[in-house]
Amino acid sequence: MTTNISSGGRAKCELSFTVNGEMRTVRVHPMERLLDVLRQELALTGAKEGCGEGECGSCSVLMDGTLVNSCLVPILQAKSANIVTIEGLAAGEQLNCLQEAFLDFGGAQCGICTPGMILAASHLLQRNPQPSIDDIREGLSGNLCRCTGYVQIFEAVARAAHCRART
Amino acid sequence: MRSDPADYELVAPGNLREVVALLAEEPGTWLAIAGGTDVMVQYAAGKLPARKLVSIWNLPELRRIEVIAGEVRIGAGCTYTDLRENETVGREFPLLVNAASWTGGIANQNRGTLGGNIVNASPAADSLPALLAYEAELILVSVRGERRVPYLDFHTDYKKTKLASDELIRDICLSRRFSDYFSYTRKVGARQAQAISKVCIAALGRLDGEKVEDVRIAVGSVAPVPLRLLETERIVQGKAIEPSLLLSAKKIAVAEIRPIDDIRSTMRYRSTVVGNLVAEFLERLGANGRTT
Repeated sequence: MTTNISSGGRAKCELSFTVNGEMRTVRVHPMERLLDVLRQELALTGAKEGCGEGECGSCSVLMDGTLVNSCLVPILQAKSANIVTIEGLAAGEQLNCLQEAFLDFGGAQCGICTPGMILAASHLLQRNPQPSIDDIREGLSGNLCRCTGYVQIFEAVARAAHCRART
Repeated sequence: MRSDPADYELVAPGNLREVVALLAEEPGTWLAIAGGTDVMVQYAAGKLPARKLVSIWNLPELRRIEVIAGEVRIGAGCTYTDLRENETVGREFPLLVNAASWTGGIANQNRGTLGGNIVNASPAADSLPALLAYEAELILVSVRGERRVPYLDFHTDYKKTKLASDELIRDICLSRRFSDYFSYTRKVGARQAQAISKVCIAALGRLDGEKVEDVRIAVGSVAPVPLRLLETERIVQGKAIEPSLLLSAKKIAVAEIRPIDDIRSTMRYRSTVVGNLVAEFLERLGANGRTT
């Protein structure tokens, strides 16, 4: 009965989307989670599974420029989307401002939350290049860190905003 | 136990007409999924009863905000971020925008939708008391046509609504007549972002001189459904805001709710807090709500 449906279904289907600037095609079940497709099909293991229910933000990626929890995105909804993961931020060996600032300020300890933190921060700075500390706290409020106590992370984001403004 | 994606069907027709046709073809079989902030959580936990899902994420018919003379129509597929970024909604419906900013973190606000919040029907949902306070109406669509219903009694019991199995919410209509009312809203929870409320309140009011001319008070997390405190509203109507009124409003409000003990809070705490929030609203209304 689903023959008239343009996309999806139960069986595996082929679908394409852009990941870190490159067009990728995968053969997957439409209800597979974007997070699993990134990690298992595309070997992009930067996005982490923390809670698996949209509370912790460790699986955060950008989908068409907006921050999403990739554990809550069925892959069919990512069809034709433009996805950016932590692997897509650096230009080759050259880390971006946020990554450098996280290193300089001790914003990463165990590293589980870091990819999601950096993407949430990147999403924030895109929309608000000069955030206040409150803006930073709000922008990162969906990303949990159990190591740093957050202060180093907020300092790193503030420094990255400063560094972006100069470049 | 995690779900196996091979057990689930997901389709994305891409337009509203085909989605409602599918719902009508096998009523009760298909579950609509928008941003997945509730559905995917159940799915990941292996607790999603539906096996057939139809994506309504980003359907253009559901993702628009229309401002007309007397009302603002918010497409059910608008996200919390859409609400926060809309100038008219921000200016005229502060209760809703505040609630949107308290819902989840940014990633959830980018995906969670107002229609999804209504249909998921959690009594703890932050945006629903705001819709009650603004006396929202819903436009429901199906192959049978469309109907407009008041939101006031849309939730019939815990997690139950008046939505028929072949229907979708298309629009949430908010009257613009409250734009000059004093508004008050608070969420009481363990933490502002992500944490689910122990109690939340959304209230509107206007004074005529010293007396209450008109009020709307709605609360969440204290009954099986988001609740408008109609009796409390009735007893404060036409009265001057003074200590004896605050005491009786507290008492009536506590009698109207049906809170429970659960992992987030206790019945006793919730009752005390609801009384205090109602009193705080009235005090602030007294101080700020005089029409000029």
